[in-house]
Amino acid sequence: MSLVELRDVTAGYGGAPILKGVNIAIEASDIGVIVGPNGAGKSTTLKAIFGLLKVQEGHVTFRGRDITNAEADRLVPMGLSFVPQEHNVFTSMTVHENLEMGGFTRSDDITGTLDEVYGMFPDLAAKRRQKAGELSGGQRQMVAMGRALMSKPSLLMLDEPSAGLSPRYMMEIFEQVARINKTGVGILMVEQNARQALAFATKGFVLASGQNRFTGTGQELLDDPDVAKSFLGG
Amino acid sequence: MTLRYVVLFGALFALIVGVGVLMGLPFTLRLLVEAFAFALIAMGLNIQWGFGGLFNFGVLGMLMVGGFAVTFMSYPINEAFWISDGPIMLGQTLIAAAIGAVLIVLAHKAHRVGVTGKLRAAGIVLAWFVAYIIFRSQMDPAASYILSEAGWVGGLGLPVILGWALGGALAAFIAFFVGKISLGLRTDYLAIATIGIAEIVRATIRNTEWLTRGTLTVSPIPWPVPTPQAWQLWGATTSDSFIYARAGYLALVVALVIVALFLIHRAYLSPWGRMMRAIRDNHIAAGSMGKDVKARQLEIFVFGSVLMGIGGAILVSFGSIYDPSSYQPINHTFIVWVMLIVGGAGNNFGALFGGLFIYMVWLLSEPLAQALFATVSNWSVSMGWHAIPDINARSVQMRVFVLGLIITLALRYAPRGLLPEFIRRDQ
Amino acid sequence: MNDFIFFFNQVVVNGISLGSVYALGAVGVTLIFGILRFAHFAHGDMMTMGAYIAFVLASLVAGLGLTLPLPTGFVVLPFAMVIATLIALGIDKGFYAPLRARGARPVTLLIASIGVTMMIQGLVRLFGGVQTRSFFETEPKGLIRIELPFEGVTRPISFTEPQLLLVIVTAIAVFALHFFLTRSRLGKAMRAMADNADLAKVSGINTALVIRVTWIIAGSLACLAGTMLALDVSLQPALAFNIVLPIFAAAIVGGLGQSYGAIAGGFLLGFAETLAVFNWAVLLRPFRDSFPDWFEIPANLALVQSEYKLTVAFVILVVVLLVRPTGIFKGASS
Repeated sequence: MSLVELRDVTAGYGGAPILKGVNIAIEASDIGVIVGPNGAGKSTTLKAIFGLLKVQEGHVTFRGRDITNAEADRLVPMGLSFVPQEHNVFTSMTVHENLEMGGFTRSDDITGTLDEVYGMFPDLAAKRRQKAGELSGGQRQMVAMGRALMSKPSLLMLDEPSAGLSPRYMMEIFEQVARINKTGVGILMVEQNARQALAFATKGFVLASGQNRFTGTGQELLDDPDVAKSFLGG
Repeated sequence: MTLRYVVLFGALFALIVGVGVLMGLPFTLRLLVEAFAFALIAMGLNIQWGFGGLFNFGVLGMLMVGGFAVTFMSYPINEAFWISDGPIMLGQTLIAAAIGAVLIVLAHKAHRVGVTGKLRAAGIVLAWFVAYIIFRSQMDPAASYILSEAGWVGGLGLPVILGWALGGALAAFIAFFVGKISLGLRTDYLAIATIGIAEIVRATIRNTEWLTRGTLTVSPIPWPVPTPQAWQLWGATTSDSFIYARAGYLALVVALVIVALFLIHRAYLSPWGRMMRAIRDNHIAAGSMGKDVKARQLEIFVFGSVLMGIGGAILVSFGSIYDPSSYQPINHTFIVWVMLIVGGAGNNFGALFGGLFIYMVWLLSEPLAQALFATVSNWSVSMGWHAIPDINARSVQMRVFVLGLIITLALRYAPRGLLPEFIRRDQ
Repeated sequence: MNDFIFFFNQVVVNGISLGSVYALGAVGVTLIFGILRFAHFAHGDMMTMGAYIAFVLASLVAGLGLTLPLPTGFVVLPFAMVIATLIALGIDKGFYAPLRARGARPVTLLIASIGVTMMIQGLVRLFGGVQTRSFFETEPKGLIRIELPFEGVTRPISFTEPQLLLVIVTAIAVFALHFFLTRSRLGKAMRAMADNADLAKVSGINTALVIRVTWIIAGSLACLAGTMLALDVSLQPALAFNIVLPIFAAAIVGGLGQSYGAIAGGFLLGFAETLAVFNWAVLLRPFRDSFPDWFEIPANLALVQSEYKLTVAFVILVVVLLVRPTGIFKGASS
């Protein structure tokens, strides 16, 4: 049984569907990376899993349970977590409060998880009383990821975590993602920097025009001349 | 779609006939005159909100301005004022105001001579303050002099129709400044800003007794058509005289509404109207296509206000009394919104229908509530309980509740109104 | 010195009382705007409605023949606040929630709130009548006078018991709100939702619960403000509709969506109004000997006539909108 699985999902914002029968499945041990050209439906896939837009056909399952079109406040306690690409921190709240909001759905003590997140991102520990809106882009991305980890997810979904970041921060984020994955959290992320992302992915999905084009391990996709020619810029 | 128009206007006609049979012709004619005046006002709001997407919560201010204009224009001349020093003192006030205006403009232009930033801002504040003092120093004595010597300024004794025109013009003038100040604001800020400005207008008109007689009210204001008294002089019976006079007034107002409807409808279908709709639906895209969005919006705000000013003037001449304290946001702003939302924003015929229909509901819900309360009260007495006290005062309030209920129901079940906006597909 | 006490009684006491009422109302307006993104125009009439509920409860208690150390209208306030809150939740469920569920624009909700305003006004007058009433028909209105121990001072500092209570409950409400918003889980969730509603949803925050809490706070504060205002002046159907615009002005001046800004804006406008209509000639009179002979102190040196008192708020509002549309504290942008 896969951790999360999309079967023939068709979804959109009410008008013509953007996803037309997408299939994706990853395990808890996987780092899944979705790549593809602009408008292929990469972010839409994540939103469809997280109930942020309507799935018209097909099914989404999480550990075998049907979660098609479930609301976010039900998904988070189940173990799903999502880091949107933009506006992903509460700018008027402190770093600490941002993290607390990530643990909103938990009824148990969250101090242990807070310490873990601060341990993972030492930069944030130093700035815990600062407003998230005052931080740099890379630090905000860390706050966003830390917030998502506060609910102790078993699946972490990231929408272009490296967008707009310097190469240094990008590599740091990727390393963090790999480390999180080692603790048993399945990863599903969308990336523009396809080469770097596929290099550390265990599963890669190439989408185009709302449909699966290629699927394989990260290395297989990198080695596939068709993928390289069409989607990785030769 | 056409069927819907036929059914709705047919039902409206049937309602009018029913009211005529039940309540008598003089009452029905009065109701129709006022309803058509409100339809004109609703059409003005339709231009602003329906076509332009501009939120205006200051309808009341425009109606008051229109009412003042027709009062000032058509009321007989007050000799006592013109032979006193009043006009000279007002002239001095005008000069004082001009001096103040020059000061303010100079302060705003201070950056030309190198005064910038905080210093310039302080200068502007100081200039406004000094201008205000200069103005008040002339205005206050003039006002108390006119009040004691002549009572008030009086009117100009000119034809009523000119007063209606002035009502439109004055409303346009004020709308220009209101628009200049507030059109850049977001919708909810615009709502608060316009209602705030309308309240300033209301307070000013109410309290400038030397000009408007304030709470003392002005009456009788002449009619543009022969009055019942005139008909009686010509030999009509008392009851007939009211019918003839009100029918004449109604004919004039209906003619005006038809002309306005025709002109607005043509403008709506013209390239100008298309541009307006483009701005309303996506002002950023329209702006990027080289349209001067702000100037067009100002145009639309002013045009809509002209109709409101004229409508306000028509209502005042018909009532023959100008009573600034009678203007209330519910009766003069919110009711117009109910008319437009129920009728259908963006559709002139929707505004017309909503104006006529809602005004009838407004006027008829009072006697209906009264009858209802009387029945309940009688039943309560027959059961050995108390009668309902103050039935008359309470039933007047029923219509406010009914109006609120109608608009919330309309928003929920018919958000585009009974006669929704239509877009010609062949364009 | 007597003249300064006159100034204190006229400006400081009235400014604080008026400012407290504005602040309590404006906090509700600003919270609703922050969470639901629309200008809730019916807020003034929710205040009036709250005052009428308190009045009915006070009449019931008075009918029992109890004598209480505090004004009856004040004692029944907690119960009135509970009832007003339930009604506020009902209004949201009946009139606003269906529009939100349809994805209606905020302006549609603003128009709907006009409908709610009219319904409340109609019902209040239908059941309560149009006459002015007083909470103090059966009991005296306490007056507090503080004689100052200075020579030649004959005028005491004076204010009424309701004014004192108003200031105390406003202070309590402000501190309680502050602790709620900064310390409690739900309060932080409210701030989070006002900051970024989509992200709040993604974080698993129960947005329906946050909306309910918002109405509970706004509804109870509206009832509190309305009742305290009615205790201070008198109860009449137009009680708060007359001041809904200054309340909005306070919320906008403070920056829509900013709770602390709304409180500051409320007091700013309260003081601006009382200062603008104060007759400054009073303060010049003590120095009349030091002016040259030709200088005569005018009888009235008020900045504006008292008939224009309410317009002071609008003028400040218009100026703020022109110069700094986001308010003195930066307001929510959307």
